Amino acid sequence: MIELLDVYKIYDEGENEVRALDGISFRISEGEFVAIVGKSGSGKSTCMNIIGALDVPTRGTYRLNGTDVSELSDNELAVIRNKTLGFVFQQYNLISKSNIYENVELPLIYQGIPAQKRKEMVISSLDRVGLADRLHHMPNQLSGGQQQRVSIARALAANPPVILADEPTGALDSKTGKDVMKFLMKLNEEGKTIILITHDNGIAECAKRIIRLHDGKIISDQPNVPKLENLQ
Amino acid sequence: MNITQSLKLALKSIIGNKMRSFLTMLGVIIGIASVITLVSVVQGFSDDMVSSFDSMGTNNITVSLSGRGGNMNIKPEEMLTIADENRDLFSSATPNVTIMGATVKYGSNNISSSVYGGNEEYAKIKDYAVANGRFISYIDTVNRNYVCVIGTYVANELFGTGDPIGKMLKINGSAYTVVGILEEEGDSTETSTDNMVIIPYSVASRLARNARISSYTFVATAAEKIEPAKAVIEEFLYDVFEDEDAYNVSNLSQLVDTIEDLMGTLALVLAGIAAISLLVGGIGIMNIMLVSVTERTREIGIRKAIGGKRRDILSQFVIEAIITSGIGGVIGIIVGAILSTILAKLLGVSGTVSVSAVILSFSVSVLIGILFGYFPAAKAAKLNPIDALRHD
Repeated sequence: MIELLDVYKIYDEGENEVRALDGISFRISEGEFVAIVGKSGSGKSTCMNIIGALDVPTRGTYRLNGTDVSELSDNELAVIRNKTLGFVFQQYNLISKSNIYENVELPLIYQGIPAQKRKEMVISSLDRVGLADRLHHMPNQLSGGQQQRVSIARALAANPPVILADEPTGALDSKTGKDVMKFLMKLNEEGKTIILITHDNGIAECAKRIIRLHDGKIISDQPNVPKLENLQ
Repeated sequence: MNITQSLKLALKSIIGNKMRSFLTMLGVIIGIASVITLVSVVQGFSDDMVSSFDSMGTNNITVSLSGRGGNMNIKPEEMLTIADENRDLFSSATPNVTIMGATVKYGSNNISSSVYGGNEEYAKIKDYAVANGRFISYIDTVNRNYVCVIGTYVANELFGTGDPIGKMLKINGSAYTVVGILEEEGDSTETSTDNMVIIPYSVASRLARNARISSYTFVATAAEKIEPAKAVIEEFLYDVFEDEDAYNVSNLSQLVDTIEDLMGTLALVLAGIAAISLLVGGIGIMNIMLVSVTERTREIGIRKAIGGKRRDILSQFVIEAIITSGIGGVIGIIVGAILSTILAKLLGVSGTVSVSAVILSFSVSVLIGILFGYFPAAKAAKLNPIDALRHD
């Protein structure tokens, strides 16, 4: 369902050009749990931005469910981000002046779902992450782990087939980090396609497939047997 | 996403960011309130000036006769026929006789007062009104009736609480019947215009021991009739005296020109004040809008990342700007109205809230609020969501 074909992302084209992605190709099928691993500067964040329809490649083709995303308009990209992808960010990226309920509700509002249905979806989504009793809390009243769970609930609310997680444990202590990873694994078992971006090999070990990036190129792409034990 | 949703999002955002919303409103409030207050007070001041000049009688033409070689061979009745024969030019005319420091006595009370002689039109020309009784009549002047109309100071001093009408008082020894009392003009003190007695001019010229009257006031029917009216009087007087130095015909039209100049300057000052206040208020609104949208670039990034379209984000920001600027505008009008009323009272001018100032300041401030809510938001909404998210 996700297909990158010879994708380049080049900044400052010319003499001082930076090739953040230097001709990468891979394919991710429905139901996979893929970790994209690399050091900082390896191009993994750029890769995630392109997969997440947040950014477009300089050259190459990105197909999502058969659609060439690089040719879509700004509005069509917004629709894809809204319906097909769910984002989990390292810094949670919750809207600080809105309460938990409103944060999770936002993607559903943009989708134009009627209020009554929206309420059910928000509550069921928050219920899945175990925060249905905190609807009216503000983000800064919650711990980091709870905030990350809210952002997962937001990513799940519209029931997208793909969850994109960018260093989801980066700002968390190891125990809550482990909880988040367990939750992502559970989601994968339920059928969600999970794409995890991380610099941490231990975190990457939770995935069923590991793609390693170095200087914008893929250096390895291998299946993996998920192991939680390696989490620090 | 429909407009109701945008409205709800905008309202949530306004309520969720009370401080920022308040600061935005404050810019609009200050801009509008200052323009309304300044314009209303200066306008009130200017209106007061115009009306006080109006009551000075700008259509009045004053004629003073000096005569030739002490010969002033012209009767008051002859002078008044100028007005009677030119009713298209003159609405009224009166001789003026002034006797300062006359002794006015009733019983054992006596005071020193100014005595004026005029005809039945004297009250209208001088803008006096009768509170009680009647004014001097035409018959009084023709028959040389010893009647008088007195000011409130004279009435209070001589008659106390009693009714003066019908009583006899004495002016420099001659007895006069009081036929009317004027309305209070000043503050009923000795030095105010309320210390005054008006008698028929025919009697007054006797009292002044001068058979000829040297001063007259003519009133032109309109401002544009002043010049032809003056010409008619001058022609008549030249026929009598054959000497231009024997008389002087003048009016306040030069003063009127000066007043009009002054009012023009005042209007310019007013426009300047309004422009500066609007500029200052506008810059305030601009700053807060720019800062608040820049601060919210990250929020825009989040909204875009989870599927907000550019128009969803824009409509939310524009509605927010309309609501905050609009509420701020209404509060600004209220504050401005209250402030201008208070200030006008303190300064003792008539403070009418200027409708044009309200409309101008409201539309300019709200427009600036909306534009500067819109443009930075439009810029941010165009950003790649990733760039907006990275924004600190």
